[in-house]
Amino acid sequence: MLQSIPLEYYLIISAVIFIIGSIGVITRRNAIIIFMSIELMLNAVNLTLVSFSSFLGDVSGQIFVFFVMSVAAAEAAIGLAIILALFRSKQTIYVDEVNLLKW
Amino acid sequence: MTLSVVLFAVLSILAIASALVTITSKHPIRSAMGLVFHFFMLAGLYLTLSAQFIAALQVLVYAGAIMVLVIFVIMLLNLGDEEKLKYKVNPRQVIGIFLGAALLVMLGTIYVTNVSVAGFNKEIAANIGTAQFLGNELYTKYIFPVEAIGILLTAAIVGAIVLAKRKLN
Repeated sequence: MLQSIPLEYYLIISAVIFIIGSIGVITRRNAIIIFMSIELMLNAVNLTLVSFSSFLGDVSGQIFVFFVMSVAAAEAAIGLAIILALFRSKQTIYVDEVNLLKW
Repeated sequence: MTLSVVLFAVLSILAIASALVTITSKHPIRSAMGLVFHFFMLAGLYLTLSAQFIAALQVLVYAGAIMVLVIFVIMLLNLGDEEKLKYKVNPRQVIGIFLGAALLVMLGTIYVTNVSVAGFNKEIAANIGTAQFLGNELYTKYIFPVEAIGILLTAAIVGAIVLAKRKLN
């Protein structure tokens, strides 16, 4: 029933979502929205891995998605803690107002 | 127009639309809600690929755990609408051209390389997508990466607590 969609369509959807995520990373100034755009990009890659895994009948892609999800969870915890610490010391999370390292 | 084509079209259009909502809306809560919706649509796309375990993980880990954390932080910081970027030179056109070119290269590669593999075999795909099969692989062939991920997550928890603590003594 579900075999009529070719692999290319999944790859195109994934490419579009990846580009949307990278546009979000570049054009937004709110650190949390940048963070969510990174999650979008990770998900686009996950979609590619799962579609190749299902179409090739090879489980390694899904195992890889499992690890990507674990790393994304660790990244979420650390990233949000960094944003909290940043807000505590600078009272802002807009990335263009944090220029401590800029000479 | 079979059911699967309609399902795929609806899921993918909604996934792209909610991704656009995520990066365009002004208020962070609204973009977080767009992202939660996007995660559910991606879980649906995983189900059309017969990857049941990954779809369940997507809902549990992303829509459940990570987004709850993000929304908690947004509410804790009490964020409002964000103003526009104030650059002296507006680099958006350059970035837009660059990213559009990147997208064209990706789509062109997909079109040119003719990735058509043997075709979607639903029996095999449904077989490898189950929790049983993935668990077997994870705890035999991939046991060392699983242990390493355990250490990574422990380090992440400790690091998050240390970073978010009010004062370091």
